[in-house]
Amino acid sequence: MKGNEAIAHAAIRCGCDGFFGYPITPQSEILETLALEKPWETTGMVVVQAESELASINMVYGGGAVGKRVMTSSSSPGVALMQEGITYMSGAEIPGVIVNVQRGGPGLGTIQPSQSDYYQSTRGGGNGDYNVIVLAPASVQEMADFMDLAFTLAFRYRMPTMILSDGVIGQMMEKVVLPPYKPRRTEEEIRRECPWAANGCKGRKNNVLTSLSLDPAWMERHNQHLQEKFRTIRENEVRYEEYLTEDAEYLIVSFGSAARIAQKAIEICRQEGLRIGMLRPITLWPFPAHQIQALSERMKAILCLEINAGQMVDDVRLSVMGRCPVIHYGRMGGMVPTPEEVVEVIKNKLTVKF
Amino acid sequence: MKEELIIAGFGGQGVLSMGKILAYSALMEGREVSWMPAYGPEQRGGTANVTVIISDQSISSPILSTFDTAIILNQPSLERFEPTIRPGGTLIYDEYGICKPPTRKDLNIYRINAMDAAAEMENVKAFNMLVLGGLLKVRPIVTIENVLQGLRKTLPERHHHLIPMNEKALRKGMEIIELIND
Repeated sequence: MKGNEAIAHAAIRCGCDGFFGYPITPQSEILETLALEKPWETTGMVVVQAESELASINMVYGGGAVGKRVMTSSSSPGVALMQEGITYMSGAEIPGVIVNVQRGGPGLGTIQPSQSDYYQSTRGGGNGDYNVIVLAPASVQEMADFMDLAFTLAFRYRMPTMILSDGVIGQMMEKVVLPPYKPRRTEEEIRRECPWAANGCKGRKNNVLTSLSLDPAWMERHNQHLQEKFRTIRENEVRYEEYLTEDAEYLIVSFGSAARIAQKAIEICRQEGLRIGMLRPITLWPFPAHQIQALSERMKAILCLEINAGQMVDDVRLSVMGRCPVIHYGRMGGMVPTPEEVVEVIKNKLTVKF
Repeated sequence: MKEELIIAGFGGQGVLSMGKILAYSALMEGREVSWMPAYGPEQRGGTANVTVIISDQSISSPILSTFDTAIILNQPSLERFEPTIRPGGTLIYDEYGICKPPTRKDLNIYRINAMDAAAEMENVKAFNMLVLGGLLKVRPIVTIENVLQGLRKTLPERHHHLIPMNEKALRKGMEIIELIND
């Protein structure tokens, strides 16, 4: 099954109430699969092809505001359009899931894979002081597994959560075990779990969900509350995977599809006796800064491999704080590095110099 | 066991579906598989290729730059992928649309006139299954039985009556493939 198809099937299975999206390569199979599966006839999940990305994200805002598990998906230029809705959701503390199957940019760019939305995803993306939780799947299996996780985190912290995939993981097919069916929550369950939701105020004070206040003192307190929440997330929700780091002298930090390529490069280098391992951030925000810092204490040098001009490398350098040299390698505009190319970089730029 | 293949041609030839059927068949045998397509926005006529990896172990990179086996179905793909086959590897090509045949001496090169055979079968859509049959003759990665299982899995049920025709094409492909160098 394709990564995009896995997202669609996992959404139906994890009790998603609604999908609102607009087609764009390389993620159109998500909407296509949902249309073929017709979940409105089985679980009651709503699937709407909206008139635009702006409409999609604002439908997610509306669905999330009433406590429903709702989502949208798009690719880079489409997600750029959605940023207004995402910052509004963040301000109003409305949960929702956004899937970004990245393609090359800037602008309309290409339809080929890229990881160049790292900054946009991990720095908030829209206006104001905020972050969204960002999960980076590296396999079709993780595409399926992260769907329920994304909803769980979005509701635990009342904020938009992003699955940041790319054209490689979205388009490739591999083996996947789909999660078991979980029923959609009933209205009573939503009332119990989401006392903040704007789903009818009979017998209680009305809930107001807005990102607007003209009182700066109130707005500062609201921002402090958001920052407190972000701190809690940084303390509790960091996820990552280590690969052959125990005896490693060199480290690759890489996420998503780039981590798959890095893994192959490591296999090749290990055969030649080079002690190299990898740390793969699974949450890009919150970033596994402490883990990278700890590993950097015993590394000769670190290579940050990402399919962009060098974005995550900033976070790696901030984590390492000069304890060892950090270099970056990447391709841009829809070109994807090959494992052999990465092996060359490891040999010619990493291990000979440091 | 590990087999890394590239199947390359132009859109509409059935390149991606051939790879998909192969991957599904290997999945039926309990192998690890990955299928990674590369194509342009066109539905027909653009270049299309797919990397298929079949392995007993878990697969790291779905993207490769060298291959054990290449199936080449047009001239631009031959020029692009002939140099990427590992020494001792296999190259299969259909003569139709190839004006400059492959030249490497360190490969097992096979020719299959699948386009002609498809025309003889009065079914040009059988083309990719003829080629797949040829591949399985020279690289028995999966059994024909599992390919047919794979077909049952990938084809919508309304097309299941076409499976016998596909089987015929697979077996015909096995007959007509020929080694052109020793």
